[in-house]
Amino acid sequence: MQNYAFEAIQLGGIAKKVRLELVKLCRSGNSGHLSSCLSCVEILVSLYFSKMNHDDKFILSKGHAAPLLYVVLSERGIMPKGRLSTYKRIGGLEEHPLFGEGIEVPTGSLGQGISVANGLALAKRLDKDGGHVYVLLGDGECDEGQIWESAATASKYSLSNVTAIIDRNGVQSDGPTEEIKQKNDLAEKFRAFGWEVIIADGNDFSSLERALSVESEKPKVIIANTIRGKGVSFIEENPRYYYGTMSSADFDGAIKELEA
Amino acid sequence: MATMTDSFGKALMESGKNEKLVVINADLSNSTRTSYFASSYPERFFNVGIAEQDEFSMAAGLAIAGKIPVASTYAIFASRGWEQIRNTISRANLNVKIFATHAGLTDFGDGSSHQALEDIALFRALPNFSVLAPSDPRQTSILTERASESKGPVYARLARGETESIYSTEDFAIGKPNIIEDGKDVSIFACGLMVPKAIEARRMLKKDGVDAGVIDFHTIKPLDEKTVERAAKTGAIVTAEEHSVIGGLGSAIAECLAKKSPCPVEMVGIKDEFGTSGSLEELYEHFGLTGKHIANASKRALGRKDTKRKFWLGR
Repeated sequence: MQNYAFEAIQLGGIAKKVRLELVKLCRSGNSGHLSSCLSCVEILVSLYFSKMNHDDKFILSKGHAAPLLYVVLSERGIMPKGRLSTYKRIGGLEEHPLFGEGIEVPTGSLGQGISVANGLALAKRLDKDGGHVYVLLGDGECDEGQIWESAATASKYSLSNVTAIIDRNGVQSDGPTEEIKQKNDLAEKFRAFGWEVIIADGNDFSSLERALSVESEKPKVIIANTIRGKGVSFIEENPRYYYGTMSSADFDGAIKELEA
Repeated sequence: MATMTDSFGKALMESGKNEKLVVINADLSNSTRTSYFASSYPERFFNVGIAEQDEFSMAAGLAIAGKIPVASTYAIFASRGWEQIRNTISRANLNVKIFATHAGLTDFGDGSSHQALEDIALFRALPNFSVLAPSDPRQTSILTERASESKGPVYARLARGETESIYSTEDFAIGKPNIIEDGKDVSIFACGLMVPKAIEARRMLKKDGVDAGVIDFHTIKPLDEKTVERAAKTGAIVTAEEHSVIGGLGSAIAECLAKKSPCPVEMVGIKDEFGTSGSLEELYEHFGLTGKHIANASKRALGRKDTKRKFWLGR
């Protein structure tokens, strides 16, 4: 499968399509995680349509963004398109990712993705395999203690083939991240744990491209500043748009905005 | 006398000839004897420090990449990574082998914080998992090899310290209980260090004219229901384990019997409480886990069987 060059316009078109399909999928399954999916669309599109090749692995540590992962895998041709119609049906795609059909690692409980990435990266080293392991975390997720256990392990084994990306959208379940537990020091923390830290605009393809191209002997973390609900104005304006089921009016409004 | 941990460590080192085998430890490689593997295959040994959640999730990553990870720590700390184990290893049916040492009361001096009395219940409830509790060093060695050759996740709990050797045979397979003696009056199902106690109980009962069978259920899951049913023909059952009577071997046997052939069951184990510091023998006496206690439980089971018979004869 051929990857696209980092042409922001081309990737922008894909992101637009992904957002449309994402809104439809979330509506079909009454998913409560639309806004935290919308914030990381550019990140997943960059990885799956441009950066990653067949040697690379991706882990969605923020498993609640599964609807986005399903849409991206389906748009990329890795997951059969018909699978999306099984979303949240018995025996079909779950609200959080299971295993198979392009999904490398089952997730859904937060804080565990970097540890799993470290395991995949160590196996690559033992097997002298090329390729890189990417893991996407939420910023709220960084409250989990295991993040810091795994950050220290990646550093101990100098896992230069691991890149963590933090979707820094500033909101977690109970409210703004800085109110729940301060996270503005994430960069300093990761530096202290021996990681290469790169700050990027997570909704901008060029910025993501530069961040993903940084070479380092250390494990890398991209703190990707994003906007929660990106692309749908009324969700962007309301950080509390979280668990709610979308009304028909909201759905029509979102589709209209994304099709414009 | 030999130890289960030493047998595990040596068997693991032997199994290390398989290059897919990797070992992960959380700062307890000397106590768990994974240090033997570490000295033979340092490139395939990973120590994550005191971080069990990281340990088990990292094992999951290695398994997804096709390795056979053996993750070891004390039984009490393996449960610290239980949710990680459940959501990744169990849910994806990954080939991770968890060897949990210092199980039951065998970390006797350290007291209740270190005595794992709930781990069989916790791991038995996980789909895809096999749950093992070997009863002597030789069996530990063989089951370590079998586990590393098997497909799917395994949880094995091992005793700490010197333990009695029961076996000269090496004929052990996961899922196949070992019938030590058949008996016609009562059947004792035991696992781990309660197996030698059950053998002692059999000797005591013999003096009183009671013929007790003893079966070593080193594999608690998958439970060999045929063996349970066959042994249940005595009409009286005793289970013995160094674990809570809630959710362990006793529960597994009772669940099976309730479905297949209901009969009186007496459970020897820890009665819904925590351990405490003491010598191992003192603890066994305090919590009612000696040969004498198993023999008494057998008589209680026999008595209940007789009551039932008298009831029916009286009609």
